Amino acid sequence: MIKVLPFEEPIVQLKTKIEELKEYTASADVDMSAEIIHLEARLKKLEHEIYENMEPWDRVQVARHPSRPTTRDYIQLLCTDFMELHGDRLYGDDAAIIGGIALFEGRPITIIGHQRGIDTKENIKRNFGMPHPEGYRKALRLMKQAEKFKRPIICMIDTKGAYPGKAAEERGQSEAIARNLVEMAGLKVPVISIVIGEGGSGGALALGVANHIHMLENSTYSVISPEGAASILWKDASLAKQAAEAMKITAPDLKKMEIIDTVIQEVHGGAHKNIEAQAEYMKETLINSLIELEKLTPDELIENRYIKFKNIGEFNE
Amino acid sequence: MSIRDIFRKNQKKRYATIPTEKAKNDVPEGIMMKCPECRKNVFTKDLMKNLKVCPTCDHHMKMTAWERVDIFLDEDSFVSMDDHLETVNPLNFPSYTEKIKADGQKTGLNEAVLTGIGKLDGQQVAIAIMDSHFRMGSMGSVVGEKITRAVEKATELGIPFIIYTASGGARMQEGVLSLMQMAKTSVALRRHSDHGLLYISILTHPTTGGVSASFASVGDINIAEPKALIGFAGRRVIEQTVREKLPEDFQTAEFLMNHGQLDAIIHRKEMREKVASIVHLHTTKEVTK
Ligand SMILES: [Zn+2]
Repeated sequence: MIKVLPFEEPIVQLKTKIEELKEYTASADVDMSAEIIHLEARLKKLEHEIYENMEPWDRVQVARHPSRPTTRDYIQLLCTDFMELHGDRLYGDDAAIIGGIALFEGRPITIIGHQRGIDTKENIKRNFGMPHPEGYRKALRLMKQAEKFKRPIICMIDTKGAYPGKAAEERGQSEAIARNLVEMAGLKVPVISIVIGEGGSGGALALGVANHIHMLENSTYSVISPEGAASILWKDASLAKQAAEAMKITAPDLKKMEIIDTVIQEVHGGAHKNIEAQAEYMKETLINSLIELEKLTPDELIENRYIKFKNIGEFNE
Repeated sequence: MSIRDIFRKNQKKRYATIPTEKAKNDVPEGIMMKCPECRKNVFTKDLMKNLKVCPTCDHHMKMTAWERVDIFLDEDSFVSMDDHLETVNPLNFPSYTEKIKADGQKTGLNEAVLTGIGKLDGQQVAIAIMDSHFRMGSMGSVVGEKITRAVEKATELGIPFIIYTASGGARMQEGVLSLMQMAKTSVALRRHSDHGLLYISILTHPTTGGVSASFASVGDINIAEPKALIGFAGRRVIEQTVREKLPEDFQTAEFLMNHGQLDAIIHRKEMREKVASIVHLHTTKEVTK
């Protein structure tokens, strides 16, 4: 049973009613087909109204949906011959980030992403997709490997943030994130990042210094979670819904601010409703990005990334 | 009064102090200050002579950006940059603009970092000095832009870039724009580095969050002041997450040193001389016998 989100409840209620009428019609002599047709038309309209006018908080709920597809799902649907590569060669293998080599549309690529678990057991193993320094260092190792073999890099961002823990601090969480930022800036191959779920703060950005940044329509990218923002700004975490609006964290918000390149359309109600269709939407954007970036020389790719980030910021001169 | 005049005024009144609310009540304003560590009162004049290091317990107190200019760079060598950049209110947060204005008046800075070109023992350097008296040194668009431009200037002139960090991290009121300043400063530092130029990061109390997780941690040489708080996540957040007692020295400069994150911890009194020496070692071209 897929979890129903609060904003979708009117749709579910109407669907249930239609089902009931259909059953009733089948078992009784009364013909309700006119009523059913009427309600089905209303359902279509309602779905359109709700899914085309999602509030920021609705999108946050979709981004956090327990059945939302993860990095691994998209790798399986977009790529062939995926070979996962492990370890940072320094300390360990962080399961909160996965990465490896694969074929995408006939070309070898390196693909890396945050990896959440699909149930409690896996979430414990993968630390709920919140990396330690070794996760970022593994990601960097794979990126440098991609650079050596002239493979484009695709990063999938899906984390609440870097893990705030004692061991993470001891092993240099700050340095690991910071190092990725400066090293990604200098990569001589195309880098494309896609935010597929939650893009939380520095822990997300550490896979995000890309030539092109895309976001799934119902994903978020923010400096702090809505709950965190609400408790800092208004001393009340229950105002998260208001904070989600105020902080401008949704894909359409970031597109408006010209921070990201593309908002990738989601299937109605969110990626989890049809993962295959969602992967197709994503594939189209990825192919366009790659074709554009593959025309650039290594120096042009670095310059392109430089200009992209140099231009982010709002102030009066 | 123009911004420039404020700076001149500030430059003349070099040892301006900003007493805390509590200090104001405790001791006559300006004449004496209380050490936040050992709670001993000390004459402000003596404290300033001692570079704002407590004569009793050696605690390194917070400094303003202009105070650091005075004690670190050659006299009258510093020329500031980009004092004209103005913070805007991109997410329309209530009272954000007023807070920025108030801190501007309090510190004489246009934002939480002072940048420019100066000389260190005769050697030209580009420098950025963060000031935690301005919105806790948090990084918004103007802080990111000023640091980026200072790094670009260093690249253009082919000179070292030095930063004094002091920051609580991201500027919440600027949302994701604030986060992106981490990437923006990084692309500029990358280019500076690719030109074979020296970058020294001097981490002071406090350097946390997004500033710690970007430029502060990637100097060719990372130095900290003694006992400075340096870390990614807040202590309380970690305590709630791991539910275990953290060591007393957790996230101090000494803790980072022990865990291989720093090249050196240097006392404030020796900072100028030691950093100048590092710069000399990177700019001396001829081999002398
Ligand atoms: Zn003291």
